[in-house]
Amino acid sequence: MKLQQIFAVMWKELRQMARDRMTVAMMIGIPSMQLLLFGYAINPDVRHLPAAVADMANTAGSRALVQDMFATDIVRSVAGARTPQELQALLQAGQIRIGILIPADYERRRLDGREAVQVIVDGSDTSVQASARQLAQMPLEGQRVAGPAQISVLPLYNPRRIAAINVVPGLIGVILTMTMVMFTAMAIVRERERGNLELLITTPVTSAELMIGKVLPYIAAGLVQATLVLVLGAWLFQVPVHGTLWDVYAASVLLIVANLSLGLLVSTMAKTQFQSMQMAFFLFLPSIMLSGFMFPFDGMPKVVQWLAEVLPLTHFIRLIRGVMLRGAGLLELWPDALALAGFSVAMMTLAILRFHKRLD
Amino acid sequence: MVGEPADAIHARGLSKRFGGLLAVDQVDLRVPRACVYGFLGPNGSGKSTTIRMLCGLLTPSAGQIDVLGLRIPEQAEALRRRIGYMTQKFSLYEDLSVRENLEFLATVQGLPRALRRQRVETLLHTYDLADRAGQLAGTMSGGQKQRLALAGAVVHQPELLFLDEPTSAVDPESRRGFWEKLFDLADAGTTILVSTHYMDEAERCHRIAILDRGRLVADGTPTALTAGLQGRTLGVQAQEPRRAQTALHAVAGVLSVAQIGNELRVLCMDDGDAGTRVARALQAQGISATVSAIAPNLEDVFVSATQHRVVEVAA
Repeated sequence: MKLQQIFAVMWKELRQMARDRMTVAMMIGIPSMQLLLFGYAINPDVRHLPAAVADMANTAGSRALVQDMFATDIVRSVAGARTPQELQALLQAGQIRIGILIPADYERRRLDGREAVQVIVDGSDTSVQASARQLAQMPLEGQRVAGPAQISVLPLYNPRRIAAINVVPGLIGVILTMTMVMFTAMAIVRERERGNLELLITTPVTSAELMIGKVLPYIAAGLVQATLVLVLGAWLFQVPVHGTLWDVYAASVLLIVANLSLGLLVSTMAKTQFQSMQMAFFLFLPSIMLSGFMFPFDGMPKVVQWLAEVLPLTHFIRLIRGVMLRGAGLLELWPDALALAGFSVAMMTLAILRFHKRLD
Repeated sequence: MVGEPADAIHARGLSKRFGGLLAVDQVDLRVPRACVYGFLGPNGSGKSTTIRMLCGLLTPSAGQIDVLGLRIPEQAEALRRRIGYMTQKFSLYEDLSVRENLEFLATVQGLPRALRRQRVETLLHTYDLADRAGQLAGTMSGGQKQRLALAGAVVHQPELLFLDEPTSAVDPESRRGFWEKLFDLADAGTTILVSTHYMDEAERCHRIAILDRGRLVADGTPTALTAGLQGRTLGVQAQEPRRAQTALHAVAGVLSVAQIGNELRVLCMDDGDAGTRVARALQAQGISATVSAIAPNLEDVFVSATQHRVVEVAA
């Protein structure tokens, strides 16, 4: 072994690396951007959970209690409700995570030292459940220190606080995001690298035909993956499907098409298969971290939340948890379904516009 | 066809600039119909770039192109159904079988379903691929791939066929067979534009154009081009060919000297009695040699066309 030979190889590698601008950009971009993003974004202490209050007592005392609860910053009011049924409907539609129910006989229950307030929580996310319990620690006016808790917590959808119940539905999305983007990210670049593209673009096939034809077979592949996770989740972790299977698959198709279109756009930008892999990876990390799959969405700063709204996985996580855990229908969750469809159309259009049947 | 122009291709002032490099420089080109037209030139002379502009794959920096009566690149999409293009690098799918490749191209080219199967069978038969129909394209030899690529380029029976150095990776036997297929196509009325850097292939074309550093330096039939050099090519038989070669380089009006076996092949400028001058110069150097006129060939045409610029610059 000669040092000179090692150096010769090393110099060659360095020169090649420096000439691949994308790799250099990724080398600097991945650590700095991801660190900034995740450093600020990851916050297991959930605040400002969307909530609604059904104050059926409507006394001075109950109104003061509601004010005190919002003053903790754990919850913020996003909707109004009059009955427990309305609270439950809001929870199911995913508009609120916490519902506060004050019964009509609140004052008497409080004075008697009985349970006087109920905090109903979307328990599918265990960290949201923990925050709700924090809220229940609040003492009511005149409450005896050693007395029984007067605010009870009613966790819906995941009463036994099993993490898998929350993780498995999201996992469908994570797996689809990882594989689908990568499949199509290769699609155009591979043809370019192997020289097939020059022939293909001299045929009458149009950009749109080419793009759509490249996406279709992978939808089937994605549905097979989704089925695999569903079956394993039900079998090994007893993850329930409260909604209809039809809605589960419809949500999955929406995510699959969104990711395939995104991959296609990546493919029109990358020059080599290696570059498209890098880009797919670059998009994958924020999807996992910011979508609400790993860390509660409500715990992230506003700016990061906006960014997360652009990621298809964020919308899918909301859809799939709604359908599988809360038994919501896709129509109830229409804003997220619409967001995914819109994302697909936008990415597909960009990919078709970016792809020219030219070599220059 | 009525109203169609006589020329399959007519380009005027065609130029292409890549950054600081002028790859194609003011090329004027006319390719008559049903003609095998050769593009001759060294690597990097702009052959591929010109072909790509003619098919509408590259946008010219300047100039006008009419192909089959269509303005290119504006009407490139309408042209695609009427041309076939065989790329320099094998561009069919290596992980599909021969039949699958042809069926894919037939479908993409818009052949009706009933016709497709029949056309693929005909192609497999015509291009001697029938016994390899199930083989993956990537596992075939250079010559077989070439035949498959040609079959793929003519699957929709185009009026005009562009071939970019189709035989650069093929043995001489396969090359000969390949050219037979090209003439079969031309006989059936297909116009063929083929680029090459083999002189023997250029010699077979009905007409050729010579490209050098992006410029069209000669065009015409091979016979006319060689006839133009009559009297300018000499054979020199010398005892010491290497010494004679050195001496000849110094003679005014000598464009090139190439050793072919024991003989020296000398190409002179067009300025009168070159033979006498060469013989006298060798005599003056004390080199005994016999000088005789020989028939010019395309290589001489190529050398004189490409050397001309150098002489111009030196003068």
